[in-house]
Amino acid sequence: MAKKFEKGKMVPVPSTAIIPERDIDKTPILECRHLGIDFGGLRAVDDFNLIIGRTEIAGLIGPNGAGKTTVFNLLTKVYQPTRGTILLDGFDTAGKSTEQINQMGIARTFQNIRLFNNLTVEENVKVGLHNQEPYSALTGVLRLPKYWRQEKASHERALELLSIFNMQDLANTPAGSLPYGAQRRLEIVRALATNPSLLLLDEPAAGMNPSETAELMENIVKIRDTFQIAIMLIEHDMRLVMGICEGICVLNFGRVIAKGTAEEIQANPTVIEAYLGKKKEG
Amino acid sequence: MKNLSSSSKKARADYFTYAGVTIAFIVITLLRNAGSLNRSQQGLLVPICCYIVMAVSLNLTVGILGELSLGHAGFMSVGAFSGITAAMSLANIIPSTALRLAIAMVVGAVCAAIVGFLVGIPVLRLRGDYLAIVTLAFGEILKELITCLIVGYDSNGLHVIFNVNGSKTASDLNLLEGGRIIIKGAQGATGTQTIASFTAGFILIMITLLIVQNLVRSRTGRAIMAIRDNRIAAESVGINITKYKMIAFVTSAALAGAAGALFGLNYSNLTAAKFDFNTSILVLVFVVLGGLGNIWGSIIATVVLYILPEALRGFATYRMLIYAIVLILVMLTTNSPQMKLLLQKLLPKRKEEEING
Repeated sequence: MAKKFEKGKMVPVPSTAIIPERDIDKTPILECRHLGIDFGGLRAVDDFNLIIGRTEIAGLIGPNGAGKTTVFNLLTKVYQPTRGTILLDGFDTAGKSTEQINQMGIARTFQNIRLFNNLTVEENVKVGLHNQEPYSALTGVLRLPKYWRQEKASHERALELLSIFNMQDLANTPAGSLPYGAQRRLEIVRALATNPSLLLLDEPAAGMNPSETAELMENIVKIRDTFQIAIMLIEHDMRLVMGICEGICVLNFGRVIAKGTAEEIQANPTVIEAYLGKKKEG
Repeated sequence: MKNLSSSSKKARADYFTYAGVTIAFIVITLLRNAGSLNRSQQGLLVPICCYIVMAVSLNLTVGILGELSLGHAGFMSVGAFSGITAAMSLANIIPSTALRLAIAMVVGAVCAAIVGFLVGIPVLRLRGDYLAIVTLAFGEILKELITCLIVGYDSNGLHVIFNVNGSKTASDLNLLEGGRIIIKGAQGATGTQTIASFTAGFILIMITLLIVQNLVRSRTGRAIMAIRDNRIAAESVGINITKYKMIAFVTSAALAGAAGALFGLNYSNLTAAKFDFNTSILVLVFVVLGGLGNIWGSIIATVVLYILPEALRGFATYRMLIYAIVLILVMLTTNSPQMKLLLQKLLPKRKEEEING
C-alpha cells in the first residue's frame, strides 16, 4: 500500500499544509460497512457505518459500555467482525491479523496503557519502528554493517519522534517508571513510529488535568498536520472532542445514533437523551 | 551524547561479561597447568561450562521471552546423543578430536533446533502455566524416546533401531565386523571416546554469550522483550508474535543441544535418564537465582551452585540439606529491599549510574 510519506521524510515540525475541512469526498482512508459483532447473544456493535477522510480528525463518543473500544478492536482485528466489511484505503481487511492491520496502516493506543514497561522509552519507540528499519535476526547476531546502519537510523528516528512531545531527555528512562501523562504520550509516539495512515487513540486525555488536555489537543492537531494522517479518537472529555474533531460519531448500545459536526451533535435531541436520559413530560 | 550513553552502557556490560569469562578461563588454565587443581576439581570444569550454556540459553526463554520452560534438559539430551553419534561415527574419517568435537556440537545444535521447532509449534500456542506443563511433558517424552534408541555404526554407515516394545537388542543391528554400538537403548551411550575439553567449553560459552547478547541488543531481541512485556501491544505495532517466540525458543534449544553434545562427549557412559525433570529444574534454579534476563547472573549462579554440593562433601549426610538452606537464604537475601540498599551503598559507582540513567 502506498504510504503518503517516504521513510525518513516525516519530520515532526508543523507544516504549512492546508488541511481541507472535510475531505471524505476524495477516496476515504477508512470505510466501515454494516460492521457488527456478537458476543454470544449480545450484539455489542451492530450496523456500524463510518467514513473517515485522509486527514480527518474524527471522534467516537458515547456513554460507558456503548461499544466504542469494541469498534477499535474490530478495526485492529483484535476481534474478527461477525458481519460487515472494513475497507482501509480501499483494501478489504477481511482475514487480516492485528499485526498485518498495523502493517497496512492502522496504529492504536490503549484505554488502559499498554507499554513495554521493562524497556526504555527509546526502546519502546524502536519496537514501534520494528517494520520501518528491518534487518534479519542473523544480521543482528553477527552485527553486519546493515545492523549498525539500521540501528543508527532507528535511534535518530526514535529521538525525532520523541521530540514531538519533548520527551527526548527521557529516552533512557524505563517506560514503566514514567508519570502517567508521559506514558500516554509515549504510547502515541510508539503508534506513530509504525508509520500509520490512520491513528486510533483510545481515551488519550483520560486522567489528564485541563492544562495537559489543552496541550494534548494542540499536539493531536499538530500530529495530523505534520504527518498528514487521519486520527480517530474515543474520548469522554467533550471539550477535547468538540474542540478538535471535524466529524463526530455517537454510539449507544452498539448502534450509531448520530453523526455530524460538533454543532450538529450538540443540538441533536437523541444524543442529549442518550447522555442525560429522557425528559419527563409534564 | 546523553542518549548514546545508555546503549553504550549496555554494550559495556556485554564486554564485561566477555572479559570476565575470559579472565576466569585464563586463571583456571594457569591453575591447572600449575597442578593446583585435583582430579575431581578438573572433572567439574566441562560440566560447569555445559551448565553455564544451559543456563544462559534457558534465560533466553524464561528471562527474555518470559515463558517458563520446564523441558530444557530434553533439548540437551537430543544434542548429547546426536552429538555422540556424530562424533563416534566420524571417528575413522576425521582423526582430529577438536574438529570432531566441533562437528558434534554443530550436529547437536542442529538436531536440538529441529526438535525445538517441532515442539515449539504446539507449545508456543500456549501461554504461562499451560506452556510450562506442556514443555515438561515434552521433556519427558524426549527422554523416553531416546531410551528406545539403539544406534550402531559400521562400514555401511549408521544403523538405527527404534526399540518401542523393548523386544530388540543391540544384536538386531546386524553390524558388520569392526562396527561398534554407539547407543544401547536404556543403557545409553557406552564406550564413548571422551573428547570434550575445557577449551571447547570456554569457546562454546563465548559463542553462546555472543549469540544471546547480540540477539537481545538487536531489533529481534527488542521484539521478543516487547512480547514478554505486553503481547497485545506488541501485536498492535506489527510484530509477528509466533515468529519471534519461535526464534527465541529455537535459538535456546539449539544452544542447549550444543551444550548437550559437549556434555555427552565428556563421559564414556551416559544414559538418557541423566536428562530428566530434575536437570531441567536445576538449570531453572540457576536462571532464577541469577536473575531473570540477567546473563551475567546466570553464569555466576551456575558456577556457585554447581560447585557448592561438591564443596559440601565434607558434611556427608547433611550435604543436600545445607545446599537447600543456602539456596533459600540466597533467594531471600538477594530479593530483600534492605539487601539491595546495602549493595547500592557498597557500590557508590553503580548508585551514581542509576541516578544518571
